[in-house]
Amino acid sequence: MTAGAPSIAVPGPAPATVTRPRRSRPGLRLVGRYLLLSVLALVVIFPIYITVVNSLLPAPQIAARPPKFFPSSPIWSTYDKAWSNGHFGHYLFNSAVVTTIIVVGQLLTAILAGYAFAFLKFPFKRTLFVIFLATLMIPFEVTIVQNLTTVVDLGLYDTYAGLALPFLATGFGAFLLRQAFLGIPRDLEDAAALDGYGHWRFLWRVAVPLARPAIGALGVFAFLTAWNQYLWPLLVTKDDRLRTVQIGLRQLRSASIEQVNVTFAGVVIAVIPLAILLIVFQKQLIRGLTAGAIKG
Amino acid sequence: MTAPPATDAPVAPGPRRRRLPDWGLGYLFLLPALVIFGVFIFFPFAKNFELALYRSPPFPGLPRTYVGFRQITDVLGSGDFRHSLWTTVLFGLLTVPTGIALGLVLAVLANQRLRGVAIYRTIFASTVATSVAVASVIFGTLMNPQVGLLPWLGINPSPAILDNPSWALPAVAIATVWQNLGLSFILMSAGLQAVPGDVLEAAEIDGAGPVTRFWRVTVPLLSPTIFFAVVVGSIFAFQTFGQIDLLTRGGPQNKTNVLTYFIVTQLREHQNPGTAAVLSIALFLITLLLTLAQLRLLERRVHYAR
Repeated sequence: MTAGAPSIAVPGPAPATVTRPRRSRPGLRLVGRYLLLSVLALVVIFPIYITVVNSLLPAPQIAARPPKFFPSSPIWSTYDKAWSNGHFGHYLFNSAVVTTIIVVGQLLTAILAGYAFAFLKFPFKRTLFVIFLATLMIPFEVTIVQNLTTVVDLGLYDTYAGLALPFLATGFGAFLLRQAFLGIPRDLEDAAALDGYGHWRFLWRVAVPLARPAIGALGVFAFLTAWNQYLWPLLVTKDDRLRTVQIGLRQLRSASIEQVNVTFAGVVIAVIPLAILLIVFQKQLIRGLTAGAIKG
Repeated sequence: MTAPPATDAPVAPGPRRRRLPDWGLGYLFLLPALVIFGVFIFFPFAKNFELALYRSPPFPGLPRTYVGFRQITDVLGSGDFRHSLWTTVLFGLLTVPTGIALGLVLAVLANQRLRGVAIYRTIFASTVATSVAVASVIFGTLMNPQVGLLPWLGINPSPAILDNPSWALPAVAIATVWQNLGLSFILMSAGLQAVPGDVLEAAEIDGAGPVTRFWRVTVPLLSPTIFFAVVVGSIFAFQTFGQIDLLTRGGPQNKTNVLTYFIVTQLREHQNPGTAAVLSIALFLITLLLTLAQLRLLERRVHYAR
C-alpha cells in the first residue's frame, strides 16, 4: 500500500491472495467496504437530511405515515416565517456580534499572554502560568451563581458586554499560543533585536505571523464554542432583543405541529453560517479541536 | 504604521529609554487575561464557599441567615442530590463510551485508502457544524409523536418518548451522541494519522484479520487519544445542560434532572443561591476527582509510543 513496500522482496499485492486463498475476491471486498461506509454515512447524515426535507414540507405531510423523504412540491415560505416571525435574522445578528467580540478578545488576550510566557522574563512567571492552567480545572458551570450577580451589579445584564465579557480570556488559548511561540527559533529574536525591534514590534511583525496556524486554530475553536453557547446567553438575556441563535431555537422548540416545518427551517438557518465557516476553515478547525489530544 | 526614528537610529539608546523593562511588559501582557480570570473564574469560584454557608430566605428580599455547614450537609445528604448525581453518572455512561466507540469505528473505516473516501470523512465529521441546541431541536421535534417518522418505524411508546420515564434519558443521550459524533470522529482520525501505517501492514502480513488488527494494534496505539477523549467527554457529560433544558426540562419524574440543570433551577426558579453554590462546589469536586482518578487509572493502561 505504501511506497515503502517494493523494497521488500515479495512483489506487490499478490501475496495476500497467495497466502490466504480462502479470502473473498478483492473486488467484492471493495464493494462491501463502500456499502458499509455508505450505510453509516446515511445514518449520520439522516437527521440533517430529514430536517431539510421537513423544513420544505407542509405540516400535514410531516405528520404523514409513511413519512415523506423527499419534498415533491417544496414550500419555501417556512424560511420566510422563521426569518421574520421567528426573529431569526435578529438572532443571527446578535450571535454574530457576540461571537466576534469573543473571538477577537480571546485572540488578543491569548496572543499577549502567550507571548509573555514564551518570550519575557519576570518574577513569578511559573506561578502565574500555573494560575492560567488552573482556570482549566474550573468548569464555567461552577461559576454561574456569582457571575450572574456580578453581571447584574456591573449593569451588564441583558447587554452584549454581559454576554461576552466572561469569555474574553481562556487558559487554553494562552497555553496554545505559548506553545506556538516557543516553537519560534531564538535566532530570529536575536536578529530582530539587532534590527532594533522591541518586543512590541517583534510580537506583531514576527511572532504573530509565524504562529498563524495556531492562531487560526484558536480563532476557529473560539468561534465554534462562542457561537454554540447556550447556558450563559439564556441566563443573562431577558427578551428577544439580545437573544442569540441558540436561544432562538428554544423559542421554536415548543411549536405546535402546524408550525413544525418553521422549526425545522430555523434549525437550517442556525446551522448554515457554521457549516460555511467550517468548510472554509476545515484545517484550522481540526488543528484546534485536536490541539489537546495529540501531543508530540 | 510608519516608524521613521527606528530606521534612522537602529541601536541608539534613545528609543530604548521609554521602553518598559521586560518584567513590566510581562505583567502588562498578562493583565487583561488575569482580570477576566479574577472576576469571572476565581472570585465566583471562591464565592461559592461563602454562599454555601448562608441559607437563602424563602422570599427574595429578606436577609439570608448564616447556617454554617448545615446547608452543605443538608443538600449533599438529600435524596434530590443523590438522584441528580446518579442521573448524571448514568447519562455519562450512556453517552461517553458510545460516542468514543462510534467515533473510533468511523475513523478506522474512513482511514482506508479508497477512492472518494474524503466524502465519507466530511459526512462523518459534519455534526461538528451542529450545536447542542440544534441537535436537541432536531431530535426533540422528530420525537414529537405527531411527527410521522418514528411512529411509522414502530417507535411510538405511550407516554411519548420524551415524557416517558424509561425513554427520556436514553433519548437525550442519543441526541447527544449524534451531536458529539463529528468531534469524536475528528479526534480519533487525528489520532489514527499518528499511527504508523507500516505497523498495521506488518500485522496484516502476519495474518491478523481486521478485527484482530483493530483490537491488538489500533486500539493500543490510539490509547492516548482515547484516554483524552474519555476524560474530556466525562467532564462534558457533567456539564450537560442545553439538551435537558430543550428536551425534557429535568422530567419526566425527575428522570433527567442532571446536576447542572439542578443547579440552574435552584438558582433561577427557586431563587436559592445557597443551594446552588453547594451544588456547584460538588460539581467542581466531582470534575476534579474524575480527572484525577482517570489520570491514575488509565495512564497505566495507556501505551505511549514515545
